[in-house]
Amino acid sequence: MSGPIRQGHWHKSRRSILRIGAAMAGGAVLGPAAGAAEMENSPPGEPDWTKAIGAGVVDRPYGRPAEFEKDVIRRNVPWLTATPESSVSFTPLQSLDGIITPNGLFFERYHAGRADVDPHQHRLLIHGLVERPLVLTMDDIMRFPSVSRIHFIECPANGGMEWREAQLNSLQFTHGMLSCAEWTGVKLSTLLDEVGLKKEAKWVMVEGADAARMNRSLPLEKCLDDCLVVYGQNGEALRPEQGYPLRLLVPGWEGNVSVKWLRRIKIGDEPWFSREETSKYTELMPDGKARGFTWVNEAKSVITSPCPEKPVAAPGLYEVRGLAWSGHGKVKAVDVSFDGGVNWHSAQLQEPILSKALTRFTIPWRWDGQPALLESRVVDETGYVQPTIAELRKVRGKNPIYHNNSIQTWQIKPDGKVFDVQLG
Amino acid sequence: MLLLSGFAADAAGPGYFGYGKPATPAEIAGWNIDVHGQDGVGLPDGKGTIDHGADVFAQQCAACHGTFGEGEGRYPKLMGGESTLKGDRPEPSVGSYWPYVPTLFDYINRAMPLSAPHTLSADDVYAVVAYILNFNNIVPANFVADRDSLPKVKMPNRNNFTWKDPRPDTAAKECMKDCVDPKAVKIISSAEGKDLTPKTTGPLDTMGN
Repeated sequence: MSGPIRQGHWHKSRRSILRIGAAMAGGAVLGPAAGAAEMENSPPGEPDWTKAIGAGVVDRPYGRPAEFEKDVIRRNVPWLTATPESSVSFTPLQSLDGIITPNGLFFERYHAGRADVDPHQHRLLIHGLVERPLVLTMDDIMRFPSVSRIHFIECPANGGMEWREAQLNSLQFTHGMLSCAEWTGVKLSTLLDEVGLKKEAKWVMVEGADAARMNRSLPLEKCLDDCLVVYGQNGEALRPEQGYPLRLLVPGWEGNVSVKWLRRIKIGDEPWFSREETSKYTELMPDGKARGFTWVNEAKSVITSPCPEKPVAAPGLYEVRGLAWSGHGKVKAVDVSFDGGVNWHSAQLQEPILSKALTRFTIPWRWDGQPALLESRVVDETGYVQPTIAELRKVRGKNPIYHNNSIQTWQIKPDGKVFDVQLG
Repeated sequence: MLLLSGFAADAAGPGYFGYGKPATPAEIAGWNIDVHGQDGVGLPDGKGTIDHGADVFAQQCAACHGTFGEGEGRYPKLMGGESTLKGDRPEPSVGSYWPYVPTLFDYINRAMPLSAPHTLSADDVYAVVAYILNFNNIVPANFVADRDSLPKVKMPNRNNFTWKDPRPDTAAKECMKDCVDPKAVKIISSAEGKDLTPKTTGPLDTMGN
């Protein structure tokens, strides 16, 4: 190949990039112009991107998704909270595959905004009923024996807006306070062994370095069982949104206790009854009583395709896909109904099936174009069966806010559109 | 080999790794702000009156919480809602819901005011707590808040919490066939047509906010 031809390719390539850029800026990726380009770039035509070499390595030293995926982002519900600093954003579950949430799409929950912490100045203080109170740097923490484990984190308010009635026509907003990652860190039990627990030790307070100094109490047994103090998220350092440089990970329990920007662990003999475990994260029952220390996220599942964001195109064969998880351990089975819970069919579980992690399920479905009511129902390894919203309301009323793990119903209309509904 | 197996040991005992530095009393004191909600263990020296609390509250808190804790916009109400907790639209507030007073000191001290957290003196926090309790009609006008008086204040809703998880509280069965009468399958609620869902395509939807 001669130099001038290559030069020509470069020019064409740059023009193509400009053209795509202009279309993106106008928000008209699939407009008429793009339609013409699609014909040019589909068989029998040779696509533009085969006609010139692309950008070289380190063009993007830290990679990013394709421009065409720009709609796949965390989103919030503006009317839900007074400020974005004390609020939540939702993971776009409708656009994700597998069980791992990409770090840039992991849902956010802040009580006083995202703390941007300098890891060189960050310290973890462990004190209270211990033999050797310690101050640890990040370097110190990373020297301890490390483990990597895959676990979900779910805010217990996930689905909270649906207790009263079906409100949000979107998988992202009904279920998106849920994400799953591979976490790397040190077992909390290792750190507690290192400081030496006094025999009166029964409870552990964990506190963040955010502007809320958010704190929660945990029973010592859970801390010694499977809690991790983590610095790694899907192979890289935690994102600031998830507590960089250090967070607690309490597998299977309500997300709030997995305190981010972890700076202090204090050992005591009684719970603290902090604001986040009295005023918040407690469930008001119909008789006026409230439940506290309801930590476990009980088993839950949801169909992710189809869903309101992913309607059905036309009658034909589809793979129905979804996610199931349990704070008590592994998913044992998932059943799917196409008729609003009259009859159920066993779905296929996809490997890996891990304890307190998201698990994928699939089931083939031939849609005949008739109205349908799609539901999924998980059974976990304890034998617990996911309840309907009617069953939950019978016991807990409509005002608990937290721990709505009910079966989700998606209504399929004859035009293939999908709506969030509740059955009576 | 010996070193390796030693490293893997789980219950190696205090100081086995020897990483980090002993925490000094000064280091601990700087961060040791937590207060036990039930008995007030950890409450600091200091005290505050309702009058002083009203002044601090007006300057530091009222913009979001209202002059008497009635709340502004979507910011939380700090008062009211008594006898609503069994109703259809409960209004949990400090007065109607919170079980323990020292928790209020702890939270204000660690997280408030929202724009300048942990900047109030202990005296000011005590005073604000006294003022909040007073506009909830929980303490009289001459109440002085300090480490002895706060744990003794009994909140009206104190005995309505259970701290033991009663779940599982449902007993669904894994029925597979003819589980409900098809005629009984009725949609009682739909998100369709409600103007509550932000767009999930395009730029972030501010919904006019």
